Amino acid sequence: MNLFEIDEVTKKYGSRTVLDIPELKLRKDRIHAIMGPNGSGKTTLMRILNLLDTPDTGHIKFLGEDLENLQGRHLDVTRRMCMVFQRPFMFHSSVFNNVAYGLKIRKVSRPECEKKVKEVLDFVEMNSFASQLATRLSGGETQRVALARALVLRPELLLLDEPTANLDPSSVKHIEEIIRNWHQQYNTSVIIVTHNLFQAKRLADESILLINGKVVEKGKTHDFFNNPQAEESKQFLDGTMVY
Amino acid sequence: MGTFSTLLLQKTEILEIVKMSIMVSGSATIISAFIGIPLGAWMGLTDFKGRKVLLRIVYTLMALPPVLAGLLVYLLLSRSGPLGVWESLFTPTAMIIAQCLLVTPIITGLVAAAIAGKEGIIFDHALSLGASQMQATWTIIKETRSSMTAAVLTGFGRAFAEVGAVMLVGGNIRHMTRVLTTSIVLETRQGNFNIAVTLGIILLIISFVVSSIVLSNADEFKMT
Ligand SMILES: Nc1ncnc2c1ncn2[C@@H]1O[C@H](COP(=O)(O)OP(=O)(O)OP(=O)(O)O)[C@@H](O)[C@H]1O
Ligand SMILES: [Mg+2]
Repeated sequence: MNLFEIDEVTKKYGSRTVLDIPELKLRKDRIHAIMGPNGSGKTTLMRILNLLDTPDTGHIKFLGEDLENLQGRHLDVTRRMCMVFQRPFMFHSSVFNNVAYGLKIRKVSRPECEKKVKEVLDFVEMNSFASQLATRLSGGETQRVALARALVLRPELLLLDEPTANLDPSSVKHIEEIIRNWHQQYNTSVIIVTHNLFQAKRLADESILLINGKVVEKGKTHDFFNNPQAEESKQFLDGTMVY
Repeated sequence: MGTFSTLLLQKTEILEIVKMSIMVSGSATIISAFIGIPLGAWMGLTDFKGRKVLLRIVYTLMALPPVLAGLLVYLLLSRSGPLGVWESLFTPTAMIIAQCLLVTPIITGLVAAAIAGKEGIIFDHALSLGASQMQATWTIIKETRSSMTAAVLTGFGRAFAEVGAVMLVGGNIRHMTRVLTTSIVLETRQGNFNIAVTLGIILLIISFVVSSIVLSNADEFKMT
């Protein structure tokens, strides 16, 4: 079964088409990297996959289930995935409460909640920050808490929108390790948007290049980088692409 | 002895005036909060037809001159007015109504602005973390609670310090509708500057105490 099956999906803002994907299948239990220049529609696609926005046309299947007409099942489906946003918002409360948010919403009991939050904060090495105000964390710390907040829910799919933008190299390495370790431990499917080609090489099983809302290249990461098919991909990878 | 007793009289009367001020402005603020917070939250959260126009009206009313609010309530409550049968002109009720007219737009407008600025991003995060629409809405309200506190406080400050509306519809009647601001006007007119200044200081101190109490509580909420 595929993670996603995307069929004839388009999205317009005003008269501008920002996403146009005739067909795209993403496999389950993999790490997928989505790359592309600024404004190419990466976040738009992530939001649609997370059911925060609906496409103007087309169909999407998530783990075999049609995302249209979910009605009463909407919440059940969204609760199987979680997104870490490009600019994570921290609730005005402690780090602990931020990470516990999704659990509380799911009515997880207090002791269970404490145990899980502690576990995941250990995983991202943020336990010593548990009682601190989350809105005062540094960029790197915020990213780790944002990640923990998603991981604690054990989603089947993790959507990461540039989780390492603006981080120093050692923080980038740390976040990548967290993602890789988690993926290995729980076999979670991951879709990660990144501008960092090396990051895609390091992390992803499969890579996708999005330009002007269109998928111009998709394949196993190794092939994607070593033998790109489309002219745009070659330029993008060479760094000679003119946006 | 004579001066002592007048001083004592003044003290009890000042206390009465202070109580009346707090009662009138406090009631007006509480009523306005009950109307303004849900209304502002609704306007900040939902995108309906005519929202922009409504917001503009609210923002305009935020700057409503107190005398105009007073005049409006005066016309409503005067004997020949539509609500004349209430016979509440020149009572504390009339003053509360007039101040509600001033404070409700302030609370509504500030709450709407606070929510409208942040609602999208909070909503997205809540939904992505598995919240239902209801839970996400509740999260937005919780996240903007310090702005709401500030809105209510601003409203109270406005009511407590205004003189135009309470003067018009209350009439500054001794032992009945006299409040701090109207007393200051009266005492100044009569040349009792000492008393006027004393009343002014009391007014400032009360404003300071109220905002300190509310703000320190707001800080506590933030870390729960
Ligand atoms: N809500 C919106 N209203 C109007 N236009 C939008 C909206 N959201 C996105 N867009 C436009 O759609 C296009 C794609 O945006 P998107 O955020 O998906 O790009 P991106 O690939 O994530 O870019 P970046 O690398 O800068 O994050 C952009 O041109 C953007 O301006
Ligand atoms: Mg983006």
